[in-house]
Amino acid sequence: MSDIESPFLAKLKDGDEAAFAGLVADLGPGLLDFARTFTSSTALAEDIVQETWLAVIRGLHAFEGRASLKTWIFSILVRRARTIAARDARLHARAAARAVEVEWEPGQGRRGLWDETPIPWSVEDPEAIHQSQEALLVLQAALDGLPEMQRQVVLLRDVEGLSAGEVCNILALSETNVRVILHRGRAKLRQALDRYMRDGATSDGPATSEIVGRVAARGIR
Amino acid sequence: MNCYEAIDLMGDAIENRVPSESRTGFEEHLDECPACCTYFEQLQATVSALARLPRRSDSGVLTQDLLDAFRRSR
Repeated sequence: MSDIESPFLAKLKDGDEAAFAGLVADLGPGLLDFARTFTSSTALAEDIVQETWLAVIRGLHAFEGRASLKTWIFSILVRRARTIAARDARLHARAAARAVEVEWEPGQGRRGLWDETPIPWSVEDPEAIHQSQEALLVLQAALDGLPEMQRQVVLLRDVEGLSAGEVCNILALSETNVRVILHRGRAKLRQALDRYMRDGATSDGPATSEIVGRVAARGIR
Repeated sequence: MNCYEAIDLMGDAIENRVPSESRTGFEEHLDECPACCTYFEQLQATVSALARLPRRSDSGVLTQDLLDAFRRSR
């Protein structure tokens, strides 16, 4: 869709303030959650989002709509985050850790993917797990605890609902890498939910009630 | 199909995108392997729960700073 601009994009370029407010309302929360994966500082994450919006405003007129607006904006955030994060010494170590994260490739075998044979959860429909507030808190805590790249890929793919191709573009990763990283992230999250479903607490970690308390204290809404 | 091959396809299967040449093998494997069947069910449940995580931040409010920048850019 090189020449065809969406009506919404046309409105934005036209300076339609309601359209811009709608865009900020729509993407703002997701952008801040994504920015948080680059830094442990909430203030810095908020700066990254603010800088992203300013760059969006500056670049809007030149944006041709080849990628979706959402993909374009998330890509801008990644560039801003990496620039800002590079200034932040604490994050250098994280970036270094990132480079060695992909350890296995599809088809090479992945023993240890499940340490023990999966046992069915004692609920009629596992899909209904999302109806449990507590289960969602456990899931959020597990997501926050994933290694940086897994957290970013899972967030974009499964929470934001972007396509695999869009995630590749935003993070500048190959399709194979995204596939592998996504699978590992999901596998760890399944394991966290599994522990919660089976005994309500982790044997080698803090009790679920503690996790829930911690997450709740961070202001889940 | 063995468990490792089936696990490799689970990401595609969640989106109903298993390549047609592997589809029968994948389904047969799930039928005969309770461990993979359970694992796949739980993985699916995990992914659909992720799509329903509540948002943690407000940050969807248009600040005066941004609105001014937007106006100036016209």
